[in-house]
Amino acid sequence: MAEPLIRTVSFVKEYVMGSNVVAALRGVSLSIAAGEFVAVMGPSGSGKSTFMNLLGCLDRPTSGEYWLGGEEVAHLSGDELALVRNRKIGFVFQHFNLLPRTSALDNVALPLLYSGVPAHERHALAEKRLAQVGLAERMDHQPSQLSGGQQQRVAIARALVNNPMLVLADEPTGALDSRTSVEIMALLQELNRSGLTVVLVTHERDIAEFAGRIVSFRDGHVIEDHVIEPHDAAAVLAKMAPVT
Amino acid sequence: MNFLATLRVALNALRVNKLRSALTMLGIIIGVAAVIVMIAVGSGAQAKVEDQIRSLGSNLIIVFSASATFTGARGGAGTLQTISEDDAYAIARELPDEIQAAAPGLRGTGQVVAGNANWSTVFYGVTPEYFEAREWAIAEGRAIEQAEVTSAAKVAVIGQTVAKSLFGDASPIDQVIRIRKVPLTVVGVLDRKGQNMSGQDQDDIILLPISTARKRVLGATALAKSRSVGSISVKVRQGADMKEAETKMRELLRQRHRLQPGQDDDFNVRNLSEILQTQEESSRVLAMLLAAVASVSLLVGGIGIMNIMLVSVTERTREIGLRMAVGARAKDILTQFLVEAVTLSLIGGVIGILLGVGGAYLVGELAGWRTQLSSASIVLAVGFAACVGVFFGFYPAKKASRLLPIEALRYE
Ligand SMILES: Nc1ncnc2c1ncn2[C@@H]1O[C@H](COP(=O)(O)OP(=O)(O)OP(=O)(O)O)[C@@H](O)[C@H]1O
Ligand SMILES: [Mg+2]
Repeated sequence: MAEPLIRTVSFVKEYVMGSNVVAALRGVSLSIAAGEFVAVMGPSGSGKSTFMNLLGCLDRPTSGEYWLGGEEVAHLSGDELALVRNRKIGFVFQHFNLLPRTSALDNVALPLLYSGVPAHERHALAEKRLAQVGLAERMDHQPSQLSGGQQQRVAIARALVNNPMLVLADEPTGALDSRTSVEIMALLQELNRSGLTVVLVTHERDIAEFAGRIVSFRDGHVIEDHVIEPHDAAAVLAKMAPVT
Repeated sequence: MNFLATLRVALNALRVNKLRSALTMLGIIIGVAAVIVMIAVGSGAQAKVEDQIRSLGSNLIIVFSASATFTGARGGAGTLQTISEDDAYAIARELPDEIQAAAPGLRGTGQVVAGNANWSTVFYGVTPEYFEAREWAIAEGRAIEQAEVTSAAKVAVIGQTVAKSLFGDASPIDQVIRIRKVPLTVVGVLDRKGQNMSGQDQDDIILLPISTARKRVLGATALAKSRSVGSISVKVRQGADMKEAETKMRELLRQRHRLQPGQDDDFNVRNLSEILQTQEESSRVLAMLLAAVASVSLLVGGIGIMNIMLVSVTERTREIGLRMAVGARAKDILTQFLVEAVTLSLIGGVIGILLGVGGAYLVGELAGWRTQLSSASIVLAVGFAACVGVFFGFYPAKKASRLLPIEALRYE
């Protein structure tokens, strides 16, 4: 069997708070193959976000190994991790995390700034991604001038702009109504079908069922791991009442 | 990421956060402008005093007759005066290297009458050297000449106040005035000097030949018979050492008065420049006071900058977290924030300089004060403000860039 895109070995993450040690992850070993669409579920506080942040190289595990694309990244230097985040991973935050007072286009182009893409190419690439998430008309809007769903699309476009091999999305639909949620899922499904590996966190089972595999967390452990037959988001969307 | 891109990112960040940028610059602007204006006013006041010193004759030493000063006798009618006209001539003759002019002055007071008008004033019997020693310029007519001293001519040169009181706006030249019934023809009018340091009107004066004063005006008194005078005005040469000139003059006078070692001087020497130095001292205190106020403004400006920077730390730390999350290295972050801080400081500094220089000019024009820009104060103010701006702009970024992206994103 080929080396998986993601392989974690006994991931442990502990937070030291004064004399207390909070264990957010207590030894998570998980492999995700390239091209998979994985939904992570579990009760609040079970360690989902902690896990995602580690996968996204935004944080360092207390112990354990992290193999990404055949490379051990847990022990890379800060600058090397910055390069990994920039080139290999697109992260979609639950709360969008867009730069305020900055146009959608500039927000999407942000990762390109740090990969040395020349200015004119940056704009062309960012425009392409914005068009892909259906925001061709909103490029000059600032986050405050966009709806929550539109802001989340901008965040997704930003995650995609550098052609990553992995997109990590922490509750991307958490702040959205059900129709917009399904729209976002349709977009992620489409991207996944074109070869992108997607891992997303969600609390809602019907959102998780758009993925091909559901991993459940509890108390910092993986307690369940199923492969399922995913629902088709585009089809669900078509059946929903059209927007009037 | 190359420098040009970073520059653009930084400028963009400044543009995007207009209010924060403006407030930061305001701190720098206020500090710099305040320092420039205050220092300009302070050193202007100092320069003004220095000018006053120059106009009053910075190299002036006056020798008084001891009895005249000790008894407080005015004009010395009946009192013994210990210095003489000949002392004055001896000083000029014996100390040519140090002394430019030594002018005897015989003081008197009295009513001066011209037609119906009369006026009570001071008169001085002088020689032509007096005009040089006291730096009197002539506004109209001429000064007293040596020939008039020799012949005890009945002429006078009057001050502006006397001219105004006796003749109004008419020209006093060739008019006749009477002092103690002695008629004198006015041959000149002195230029205006205004008040002296102690507020006395220096233009309320009449000058006449010393011989005329002695023989004709003070005629009946004991003074007339001697050659004694109340004072000698001595102008020390430019560049000569005042102290040394004073010492030599004192020795010369002691020798001429045949004073034994250990015996007190029978005259008093007053160095006017010393008195003026006290004035200079007080203007320096004023300048220092203003500088202190300026430093407080600078400090307040600095605290303003600090406040803005600290208030925006949370937002900026999150921004740093986000930038790092999408691939910025610590170096990229630091360069961006450094460029931001330097740009703000530079723009703020330049605006501050312009405002400060403009403000100093305005103060000069509107209040009529003399102002004098000082490049050292400008450099100091801009330097300080820039340091504060750069430090508080850069330091939080330095701290944030050491965090893991998730820590920075969660910062509060
Ligand atoms: N920075 C931190 N410092 C201390 N404890 C933390 C920190 N971040 C997370 N934790 C703890 O780690 C545990 C897991 O948190 P995590 O955010 O991963 O949960 P989650 O599964 O994402 O929950 P939710 O569904 O509510 O987002 C929690 O008990 C939390 O209190
Ligand atoms: Mg979470």
